[in-house]
Amino acid sequence: MENALIEKVLTRNIGPDLKPTDMTAYEANGGYRGLHKAMSGMSPNDCLEVVKASNLRGRGGAGFPTGMKWSFVPMGEQCSPGHKYLVTNADEMEPGTFKDRLLMECDPHQLIEGMILAAYTIQADLSYIFIRGEYVVAIQRLREALAECYEKGYLGNNILGSGFNLEMHVHTSAGRYICGEETALINALEGKRANPRAKPPFPQVSGLWGRPTIVNNVETLCNIPHIIDKGPEWFQSLGLGEDSGTKMYGASGYVKNPGCWELPIGTPVREILEEYAGGMTEGRKFKGFLPGGGSTDFLVEEHLDLPMDYGSIGAAGSRMGTGTMIILDDKTCPVGMVLNLIRFFAHESCGFCTPCREGLPWTRQVLEDIEAGRGLKEDLDTLARQVKYIGAMGNTHCALAPGAMEPLQSALKYFRDDFERHIEQGCCPYVDGGA
Amino acid sequence: MPTIYIDDKPYEVDAGKNLLEACLNLGLDLPYFCWHPAMGSIGSCRQCAMVQYQNEEDTRGRIVMGCMTPVTDGARLSLQGEAASEFRESVIESLMLNHPHDCPVCAEGGECHLQDMTVMVGHRDRNYRGKKNTHRNQYLGPLISHEMNRCISCYRCVRFYKDYAGGTDLAALASHDHVYFGRHQEGVLQSEFAGNLVEVCPTGVFTDKTLLAQYTRKWDLQSAPSICVGCAAGCNTMPGERYGKLKRIHNRYNHEVNGYFLCDRGRFGGDFVNSESRLDFAGLQNDDGSYLPVKAEQALATAASWGQGDKVFAVGSPRASVESNYLLRRLVGAENFCPGFSDTEQRLVQQVANTLSQTRAISPSMKQIESADAVLILGEDVSNTAPRLALALRQSVRNKALELGTELRLEPWMDAAIRNLAQDQRSPMFIAGVSETRLNDIVETHVSLAPDDIARLGFAVAAEISGNPVDDLGVDLSALVVTIATALKKAKRPLIVSGTSLLNPSVIDGATAVAEALAAEKETMLSLSVSECNSLGVTMLDGGEGPDLTELAALAINGDIDTLLVLENDLYRRGTPEEIDRLLDNVKQLVVLDSLDNATLSKAQLALPASTFAESEGTLVNNEGRAQRYYPVFVDEEDRRASWQWLSLLGQATGASGFDQLQHFDQVAAACAQDIPALSEIVSAAPDHLFRNRGLKIPRQTPRYSGRTAMRADVSVHEPKQPVDEETPFAYSMEGLGSGQPSSLMPYTWAPGWNSNQSIQKFQDEAGGAIKGGTAGVRLIIPGQGVPHDVTEISATELRTTELGVFNPSASEWLLVPVYRVFGSDELSAHAPAIAELAGVAQVILHPSDAQSLQVSDGDGVSVICSIETAPLEVALDPTLARGCVGFTAGMAGVETLSAGSTVGLQKATDWVRRLPELIASDRPKVRGVQNV
Repeated sequence: MENALIEKVLTRNIGPDLKPTDMTAYEANGGYRGLHKAMSGMSPNDCLEVVKASNLRGRGGAGFPTGMKWSFVPMGEQCSPGHKYLVTNADEMEPGTFKDRLLMECDPHQLIEGMILAAYTIQADLSYIFIRGEYVVAIQRLREALAECYEKGYLGNNILGSGFNLEMHVHTSAGRYICGEETALINALEGKRANPRAKPPFPQVSGLWGRPTIVNNVETLCNIPHIIDKGPEWFQSLGLGEDSGTKMYGASGYVKNPGCWELPIGTPVREILEEYAGGMTEGRKFKGFLPGGGSTDFLVEEHLDLPMDYGSIGAAGSRMGTGTMIILDDKTCPVGMVLNLIRFFAHESCGFCTPCREGLPWTRQVLEDIEAGRGLKEDLDTLARQVKYIGAMGNTHCALAPGAMEPLQSALKYFRDDFERHIEQGCCPYVDGGA
Repeated sequence: MPTIYIDDKPYEVDAGKNLLEACLNLGLDLPYFCWHPAMGSIGSCRQCAMVQYQNEEDTRGRIVMGCMTPVTDGARLSLQGEAASEFRESVIESLMLNHPHDCPVCAEGGECHLQDMTVMVGHRDRNYRGKKNTHRNQYLGPLISHEMNRCISCYRCVRFYKDYAGGTDLAALASHDHVYFGRHQEGVLQSEFAGNLVEVCPTGVFTDKTLLAQYTRKWDLQSAPSICVGCAAGCNTMPGERYGKLKRIHNRYNHEVNGYFLCDRGRFGGDFVNSESRLDFAGLQNDDGSYLPVKAEQALATAASWGQGDKVFAVGSPRASVESNYLLRRLVGAENFCPGFSDTEQRLVQQVANTLSQTRAISPSMKQIESADAVLILGEDVSNTAPRLALALRQSVRNKALELGTELRLEPWMDAAIRNLAQDQRSPMFIAGVSETRLNDIVETHVSLAPDDIARLGFAVAAEISGNPVDDLGVDLSALVVTIATALKKAKRPLIVSGTSLLNPSVIDGATAVAEALAAEKETMLSLSVSECNSLGVTMLDGGEGPDLTELAALAINGDIDTLLVLENDLYRRGTPEEIDRLLDNVKQLVVLDSLDNATLSKAQLALPASTFAESEGTLVNNEGRAQRYYPVFVDEEDRRASWQWLSLLGQATGASGFDQLQHFDQVAAACAQDIPALSEIVSAAPDHLFRNRGLKIPRQTPRYSGRTAMRADVSVHEPKQPVDEETPFAYSMEGLGSGQPSSLMPYTWAPGWNSNQSIQKFQDEAGGAIKGGTAGVRLIIPGQGVPHDVTEISATELRTTELGVFNPSASEWLLVPVYRVFGSDELSAHAPAIAELAGVAQVILHPSDAQSLQVSDGDGVSVICSIETAPLEVALDPTLARGCVGFTAGMAGVETLSAGSTVGLQKATDWVRRLPELIASDRPKVRGVQNV
């Protein structure tokens, strides 16, 4: 956040003191200008066209174009009478990811304005912020901000005289990683088991309570007020490469300055790592990184000069995911790190489909054996088989297990010798060097 | 028809199916677990994987789940390819991580779908080195055993129990590889369809507890096709026997009737066959009331000596076969034959028989009931009187969901998607009953009314539909009348359900009036329930000609009855003890043919032991009017005979005309069909005894039936000759040919590689469709062939609402209404120990306000004051009971003196001892049966 030349969009109200922005402060800095603009003359379709033109892609991890997602919602006479829903996915539980929390804690109105605009675009009349239960500060601040909005007439009936009505609720999650999957989130919101749903039908057509529903990530929605306010061309100009806008990037692991920064999308990895994260801590060398959370493939030294955007990271065999990197250093055991992640994913499997429910614990068992020095040579084949068995989309009911396999399959590719050393030496070679 | 390519071979398949169904329909073996033909797809087990290629050039393809992928024209797929079969093997291997290797001691072994699928994918070697997960099992009641360690988490159990059958006390609990299928706390499973878990579960998690107590493997069971005798629904069953004991009853698939499911009364109630109360020998009553065992010949000679002359009368039975009733009636003459109901019920069932043959409405099969898109139930608590029918009704309200799905191009098999889409939107169902039923969770409106008011509501709806609304109904119901009439008029396939259980003829008339009013406009279904497995059959036989019990008693008092023959009937269930005594005490000789000891039998001078459904053959007519045949499963070792055999021998002994030509079952059935026009089709219910399957008899025993030479070795090392069956196409043997015969002759279901009940798909014309070669049974009443009722009669319904008059509750007198219990109200199943455990004791059902004024609560005692003194009964409260009514648990021991429809007083029983202490407060939900406090 030090570079004054970089335009801050999402974090412009967030100072080093991390104080929350209330309605007055938010509006003083241009807040709700997008809402006023939309409510005075922009049709829902106008808004949709602006968002489409902006080339905004979903910031939750998949990078699906937001405007296109919204365009699948049946509008007007195409839609059977009844509610439509807008849901914010604020169940931020991806390992290594802490960007949405910052946005909600420090600038709750930005999210709410984005939600009102998104709801207006798809003509939803009910909206929910499905938020991770542990985010107590964010929950409190969002509730306060909602009250301010109702008072001000930004929520409720006939918003700003437009005739548009919207109710908004904060719904705290009971806490499962899988609730971040949008259809599992919908089930959880309905009070059911948080199992993902089969698609099609997609939520845009049959979502919450069987009605058209859009589920968007916090960061995605936070971009909307600015896009509506300043236009798609401005937004496109913010990105350094093919992608538009800014991105909340983060870094954790043995770096000098772990944290979260808003940077133009497409900022090179090395720049984030060295200029913002401050490079590796003393005595540790960079070995690899997960670009966007625990369910993305490892990349290594040779990828450091790649721009952090959807296309470049994808082409290198990983995913930008949430854009919050986890850095692996030379003194941390890669097997232990993968085991830690697999443990998490095995525990967070909803238990619905066989490959995920049974395959992840099996993978965990093999990794535990290797890490504990009980590994056998053929275990590497077993791991490779598991990757093939549960790592492909379509083999499982949702993306959890394929995501869980990403760090493993790439670790087997880049750090295979580490696995072999565990097996050959009958112990973890990092046992004294790790944290 | 779309063409799909499987492993480069083109196949024509039906549009709208998924790939799994398409493969199964083509006879290809694709393993699966979570998919069920009646419940559709959810895609959880991932077992039915195939590889789908984008086009001919695509060589990699991608894995798709057969059950989740619709067939599309030109689709290129691989079933046998390495990628697909490797994946399927991996799925089995991971399902086996925690599955115990306890097949040798598992009740599912030998008919385990998981075993079959494991063999099918070829998985053999275990690579997993970790520990297995284990679970604690739960006590789930006397019917179902729970062994969670065997669970492969296919979710079938909860999908059946909750989604399909509406149960609320079984759930998927916890997550990841700790998913647990059970109750929130141990206790009796509350759904009367819980027994289906035994068949729905693809492995041994839910097994039949009553079978476990006397276990036999499927391959060691001797089976024959049978029909459930638990109610009038006529569900097809597959009882299995070994060592002379009925071991268990499984569902026998009948596309039109019960499909894949039975109720627990049917599944577990058949245990009465093994009851201690079975009659083992013919007996002549001594002066002290005890019985002298006599040989069959002597018994027959005695009966024959009493059976001469014209003062011989008979009482038939709604729970005995058409053939037995026919012989009895022929023996004594139509005018001397009473069909064996209470007077009221006799007229009601006759009314039902007349209505079904006269109305333009269709008497629907359960399959047709499932297709209804608006339902009105008048008076009949089908959940307790014909439970399987209630399960069919539960499916009917889903038609709204299927319709919504069609708009999004979702096929009916996309179960999860359709449920998520429709949520709680249902096709309308309205119920007017004396109290709320277990269908209450899916009704649009329930209204509790006294029986006459239920009828008046029906007439008013009929009048509303025909455009002559009535104005004398009472304000609070007129809006409902309009709502119901509107919904029924809007529907494409409306269904009206009623029946005899309230013993009120106006209720049936009211239902008929609605159905007739609708039938004038469109295809309408009218389902009228009767109470017993052959109520309709014996009534169609009688044709309204015979006397009722009161008329018989009058004749007896007059000295006109020398000998009374009673067939499989405890008359003390048909009238008050006073009324029945009047009859039985005034006949010179009473001859009773029955299988279980009862009050009537203990008055008999001569008792003849009859076989049950499991040891005899016969035809039953269900409430739809469908004649179905059951066959002996095993040979009775005791000196018992089928009732029709006793009667045939008796007729021969008395020299009755034509009985020398009535020595065999087929002769009896043919004679009955010839004599009774209404029953002329019964001979088509199943092939006759001459049927041969490509020249061979059909074996009752499986090809793997074991221990035949050893099972009697404790008695004699010489293996006896297998009994010869001269009456049916079946053999008491493993020899013969057991496949390819008509569906009415399928003793069990098995196909190579498919040892479980899932093998039925090998015999269906398509997955979930009819059995190849036609559905078992024959409809005696051709649906919708009736003549239109007189239009003036419908407009006259206005008068009926006035004529009946509004029921006015009184503070000191109550209308006595029968309340039915799925466990307990039925005579025979109550002799099955597990059912008896669930049935509990007879109760009086009170509205809480009435209880308050009587100063009693749940579990206290109350005396019903009617013309005769009655012993006090336990109180059960029901806040949904119609005001002014008091219910009693019909058919249960202790209510013999109570007569439905009478006006009674109530008094707190002072010297009552509670079974359980009074409950001050509880957060536990009300549970069924005995623990109802």
